[in-house]
Amino acid sequence: MTGKRIMSFVLITLMVGFTLYFTFYGAQGWYSPASGRDMLLRTWEHIKLVGIAELLAIGVGISGGLLITRPGLEFLATPVTTIANVGLAIPPLALVAGVSPFFGIGPRPGIIALFIYSLLPVLRNATVGIEDIDKSVIESARGMGMSKLQIFTKIELPLALPVIVAGIRTSTILCVGTAAIAALINAGGLGQIIMRGQSVNFVPLMLQGALLTAALAVTLDLFLSEMEHVLTPRGLKLNKETE
Amino acid sequence: MEERVFQATWTYINSHWSLILNWTLQHLQMVAIATAIATLLGVGIGIYIAGEGRENLANVVVNMAEIMLTIPSLALYTMMIPLLGSIPGVQSIGMVPAIIALILYAQMPIVENTYTAIKEVSPAIIEAGRGMGMSPREILLKVKLPLAFPVIMAGVRSAVVMSVGIAALAVFVGGGGFGIPIFRGIRNLRVDLIMTGAIFSSILAVALDLIFGVVERRLSWRSRGGGE
Repeated sequence: MTGKRIMSFVLITLMVGFTLYFTFYGAQGWYSPASGRDMLLRTWEHIKLVGIAELLAIGVGISGGLLITRPGLEFLATPVTTIANVGLAIPPLALVAGVSPFFGIGPRPGIIALFIYSLLPVLRNATVGIEDIDKSVIESARGMGMSKLQIFTKIELPLALPVIVAGIRTSTILCVGTAAIAALINAGGLGQIIMRGQSVNFVPLMLQGALLTAALAVTLDLFLSEMEHVLTPRGLKLNKETE
Repeated sequence: MEERVFQATWTYINSHWSLILNWTLQHLQMVAIATAIATLLGVGIGIYIAGEGRENLANVVVNMAEIMLTIPSLALYTMMIPLLGSIPGVQSIGMVPAIIALILYAQMPIVENTYTAIKEVSPAIIEAGRGMGMSPREILLKVKLPLAFPVIMAGVRSAVVMSVGIAALAVFVGGGGFGIPIFRGIRNLRVDLIMTGAIFSSILAVALDLIFGVVERRLSWRSRGGGE
């Protein structure tokens, strides 16, 4: 864990450092790199895209996952996880491109594509997290006289939380990468800088976008894996250590 | 609106089968070469770092693999261009950088899975092998690897599916595949081209996922001693 933390920090520092270097000293002849203001604007756009899509996906995904694991609707769980797994095999570029004929171009279709893509891991993990809880644990909770609501909030939710957060992590990482591709349909974000660099074939410009996108992904991954660790119930952690 | 999109796409597909076949082959070629090399490399690295007394190295490699996997593929591709361009004698545009980036990316899940699968082989089984007079080499080849095989295959499966998705981006460095119709369609406002690329690359990814899923299930069934 600490090893990964240190390596992530080093990598993030390097990537941000190089981006800053290119921003201030990247000019070559006629070509100039993206200005600092431009970079800040694009980064903010990128964060907004990922944030909106991800928050929607978390809301819909978790409530959907909790809903289809209720007794009576359980028959939906297997088909939903299968569909989510198959859907995740679809190339992000295909999804982003496939949205544009129906919803046009701009940030809105970008967010729609991102939402669909990032919904799948959250939905899958929420369903699997609750389905995988040992039935005997729930039985013993019922035996202790817990009400349905209590079982839900005190047993099912805490036990499924690490799995759900892992799903959120996967989906956020995917979302950052897909948001860069969404620049193809003019959704904004750091992908726009990469595309601009590619269309004029100017390497510092491409790297400015690419390095900062990568730094963003690694940062979010680091943050969310910390969250995963914090949110794991103490009993489960002990289990892991003794294994 | 939707009807027109589907109609245009259908007309395009019907009149351009040979082109679509061509793109499919290009796409498959990239994925096949990349995952074949990545599997060899990944399994090799995985076996090496799972050896005795290499725990520190294994930690570094597995952490590195995890971090590499979080880097968005488009960003990785973009970084590949100047990196490869700075090596004399290597072309930085075309299939070569596309395949190199794919190999880099695809070996990560394979390394991780190989390592964890070998580490998770029960020590009792290894002891039994040693007790039978097996050399460490024999234990690796006849005990550890067969037991780890289903998990390694799961890694290969996710590598293949990821590669199909990433190979669609190869068009940015001048590679082929289904990125071509998608990119051309977006540049020329051709809805039929966009949809053709999107539909067929998705079909390819889902089909490979299903095929490898079946292979994986067969293998894990056999290694559990099924059929008796």
